[in-house]
Amino acid sequence: MNAVAPLDVARIREDFPILRRHVRGKPLIYLDSGATSQKPLAVLDAEREFYLTCNAAVHRGAHALAEEATDAYESARARIAAFVGAHAHEIVFTRNATEAINLLAYAFSNSTDKARNAASLPDGAERFVLRPGDEIVVTEMEHHANLVPWQEVCAKTGATLRWIGLTDEGRLDLSDLSVITERTKVVSFVHQSNILGTINPVATIAAAARAVGALVILDACQSVPHMPVDVADLDVDAIMWSGHKMLGPNGIGCLWAKESVLAAMPPFISGGSMIETVTMESSTYAPPPQRFEAGTPMTAQAIGLAAAADYLTALGMDRVHHHEEMLTVAMLDGLGSIDGVKIIGPGVGQRGSAVSFVVDGVHPHDVGHILDSRGVAVRVGHHCAWPTVRRMGVPATTRATPYIYNDLEDIDALVEGVIAARDFYWGSR
Amino acid sequence: MSDDPLHQEIILDHYRNPRGRGLRAPFEVQVHHVNPTCGDEIDLRVHLTKDADGRVVVSDVSYDGQGCSISQASASVLAEQIVGLSLGDALMVQQGFSELMQSRGTLTPDEDLLGDGIAFAGVSKYPARVKCALLAWMAWRDAVSQAVDSVVEGKTSE
Repeated sequence: MNAVAPLDVARIREDFPILRRHVRGKPLIYLDSGATSQKPLAVLDAEREFYLTCNAAVHRGAHALAEEATDAYESARARIAAFVGAHAHEIVFTRNATEAINLLAYAFSNSTDKARNAASLPDGAERFVLRPGDEIVVTEMEHHANLVPWQEVCAKTGATLRWIGLTDEGRLDLSDLSVITERTKVVSFVHQSNILGTINPVATIAAAARAVGALVILDACQSVPHMPVDVADLDVDAIMWSGHKMLGPNGIGCLWAKESVLAAMPPFISGGSMIETVTMESSTYAPPPQRFEAGTPMTAQAIGLAAAADYLTALGMDRVHHHEEMLTVAMLDGLGSIDGVKIIGPGVGQRGSAVSFVVDGVHPHDVGHILDSRGVAVRVGHHCAWPTVRRMGVPATTRATPYIYNDLEDIDALVEGVIAARDFYWGSR
Repeated sequence: MSDDPLHQEIILDHYRNPRGRGLRAPFEVQVHHVNPTCGDEIDLRVHLTKDADGRVVVSDVSYDGQGCSISQASASVLAEQIVGLSLGDALMVQQGFSELMQSRGTLTPDEDLLGDGIAFAGVSKYPARVKCALLAWMAWRDAVSQAVDSVVEGKTSE
């Protein structure tokens, strides 16, 4: 392996003024980037600059500002596409990753409805039409965002939901791949689990799905911000991720899908901007990505997200990944060696930096509360993956998710805080 | 959990030694409440009776569940405070506790009304924990509103 230059965390932290804050009278130690990341000045400046200099509605109007705003918006799309090795016209902007998954899920239920009514559908939409007996496959480690929309699709179309189970360590049980059969129309699964940290073997699952002609969808919310991701290497049909977890603004997510897949999908949200022609009787729709971007888009957010992609590219995603691997090893070591603490998820290797754990006899909320009183921000609960925590046999977990602005001292503070929480509750027992 | 060490000790005591925990019969209504943001759960039963004067009395509150120290201790305080009260008085306690929890730390709690419930005054400064403290109380309120009809009609599960 080539030597990777370490990140200069002290230098990076200068770009994140919020990290100078004190909370509860203590210096803030932010270890909740898996929920949302902090934003560097470059992102905030890019949004502000857009509003200060060329704010206008994009893709309409013939005046100079409208042209500049449209250029800025489409340039953002191109830079964000390049960040994941994609073509710009294969990137659709959505409100968040949840909406991107719904956009795909609705392609199925809308195609099914329209086929029943013999309504017009794009060429190739047949693969989105579901019938009773058809199956959708997910996994037992999905965020609710990649589970509930598919339950809805099944309820609407009569298709059946199947899933790949987990091992006790928190990896996919690959002996369960037999759930992918000739009846499977979609396999949708997470790249890196937001709760267990597990990185899934995309090629193995994609190959099983390909063999039966199923559409392959990858939830990349916890991978795109944290490791190099190139859609050309993934052999999947679509991925989605959110902007706010990769240093970008709230209110923007991305869907990447192959051109042929997007072209075969009917619209999700309809209205202005997504049409080709409109009469009182009916309408025809613009080609992708515009077909899926009805209404005035979130221009400043796209520009902010492009600045975030540029910021990460300048750091180097291989260095980001390497930095997080170092922090992950330190967390697994430090937390794992505390008497009474159990890591919920796999050990080192094929896992990302989301580290969940439980403290024997102490509820995760109480652990989080003691950490908070020490300035350490973590997430507690079921992490929008309720079936996953249930499968792992715990009611909830405490989860630490570091990023580029965290260093080993932050991990030390986490470990000391967990020991303090344990001692406080174990106290007189 | 609370900035006041004395209050902290009261909450920890209820957490470690919960009063009235465990599901019991007789009861009229059992409810299941969850806190969807954190997954805390409670099953709670109420048993209401009529005394000689025809007043409705809270004869028992029994519960089981899992959750953080705040949610578990607050269920224990609820059982300790309101079992044996008339329904009217119990509802006053419930209302007083709800108001305290929604006060963002601005109310001085009434110990005569709330008993050990005053220990949760500090918790009201943490919006993320208020729902934990109210879980059992909301469940009880729900169960009681269903149980009133049953007790009037004399339907009790043994």
